[in-house]
Amino acid sequence: MARYGMVIDTTKCVGCMDCVVACQAENDVPVGYARDWITTTVRGEFPKLTMEIRTERCNHCENPPCVTCCPTGASHVNDLGLVKVKANRCIGCKACIASCPYGARYVHPKGYVDKCTFCDHRIRDGKDPACVSVCPTRCMYFGDLDDPRSTVAQLLRSRKWHVLLPEAGTRPRVFYLT
Amino acid sequence: MLEVTTTRHNPGIDPSLHVWGWEIPLYLFVGGMVAGMMIFAGWAMLRTARGDDTRSFFSLQMPLLAFMLLNIGMLALLLDLSHPLYVWAVYITFQPASPMSWGSWVLLAVYGILLVSALVRLPESWPWLGSRVPGLQKASAYFTGSPGRMRWLGYLNIAFGIAVGIYTGILLNTMVARPLWNTAVLPLLFLVSGMSAAAAAMHLASRVFPGRPAPRSLVGGLLAAMTQPLGPQPPEKSTVNTLIRADVALLAVELVLIALLLLSLVTSNLSQIEAAKLLLAGKYGIVFWVGVIAVGIVVPIVLQALELTHRIPHTVVPAVLVLVGGFALRWVLVNAGQASEIVSTAARF
Repeated sequence: MARYGMVIDTTKCVGCMDCVVACQAENDVPVGYARDWITTTVRGEFPKLTMEIRTERCNHCENPPCVTCCPTGASHVNDLGLVKVKANRCIGCKACIASCPYGARYVHPKGYVDKCTFCDHRIRDGKDPACVSVCPTRCMYFGDLDDPRSTVAQLLRSRKWHVLLPEAGTRPRVFYLT
Repeated sequence: MLEVTTTRHNPGIDPSLHVWGWEIPLYLFVGGMVAGMMIFAGWAMLRTARGDDTRSFFSLQMPLLAFMLLNIGMLALLLDLSHPLYVWAVYITFQPASPMSWGSWVLLAVYGILLVSALVRLPESWPWLGSRVPGLQKASAYFTGSPGRMRWLGYLNIAFGIAVGIYTGILLNTMVARPLWNTAVLPLLFLVSGMSAAAAAMHLASRVFPGRPAPRSLVGGLLAAMTQPLGPQPPEKSTVNTLIRADVALLAVELVLIALLLLSLVTSNLSQIEAAKLLLAGKYGIVFWVGVIAVGIVVPIVLQALELTHRIPHTVVPAVLVLVGGFALRWVLVNAGQASEIVSTAARF
């Protein structure tokens, strides 16, 4: 089975938020909420500064605490290996939100918990997630981490990268090239 | 220097997590108290089964009060849910990895155990019902007449009391992203704090509603049944003193456990050190030092020690303070816990 992952080249990302808007349009994300977002970190003292711009989202962790704590199985790993929420099983206890180190989840105005799906409905059609497909700088890559010929696997082999909060021990699957 | 900006501001998540309000601390407090009452009731049942004088035990009549308290706690839990119409989804599955799933099923069993336990004293503590439903007398006699059955009911109360007392702590343990909660002391602390709150609640009930014959009326009888821990007779002095002594011992253990909790945090990684600071200073620090440590533990220990040595008269003040402290402990741990987060340990330059 494919092990899907996302690779983001922070040296190309300009923080235009096209990915954010594409996600909101594709997935009907309610106004005022975001399944993906831009984080900018600036290090150093002026004028010696370095900046990293990242587009962030659910990391679809391989050790997902949000799935472990869910009392109903609403929060689950699906057949594609992605972390998803079944709205009609979610009671809204919010344990998964509290357990996520990335703040990737929120309570949808309709009451259930919502988050990034890696656009699994598009993956099944052989397409990239909406955010990846619209990126004007082509800084986002999506594919099978286990396939050595995939772009994501090749990038991770050849470039330096980091993941967010490796201290949490969640094994994130969104990688940032530096 | 490191400056982080984000475009995300999801409600309840940003700028810091706050998805749990007053409902969860209230449930944790009430649930802990119910757990303590079950353990005390189970203990009293074991002694009754052994042939001790059942009159001198507070706890035999507590299951009904515990039942009512549990309803308040469950209502708080229901109010916390953001998708409450789907609450049935908890009971069509069992998720072995999720403490909340374990807790949901344990609470169902606890409801049953509390109702059966309440039957033991119900006919005489609520005469209105006892005289109208003859089956109640039989149900009561089924247990009071058989030491074996009484002993089993006692074991069940103790086992499920401990389960309810600790599962909430394990639940918070599983929140990987919240360093304040990632310590194994938490379940034990909740259990001991729940037991001291239960002892205080029983003491309070015995003083506020001193023993007098239970009213024959419907409502008055029910209220008396829930609140008179001993039924018609006033509590014996030795029984009251035993309860106070138990409370002092539990509070002392609680103090040690809180010290261990803080030690385990400050001797750990950066995230947990920052979490400990949240508890020790700032707005949560005030509640922690004043509400939990001073009002909830130290002052009640001193007052009850003075009461036991006859230096001051017995009052309900320590019991009230213990209850206030018990709620403050849950409130501060739930809120400071949500505010605590994993600190990135990546090198800064």
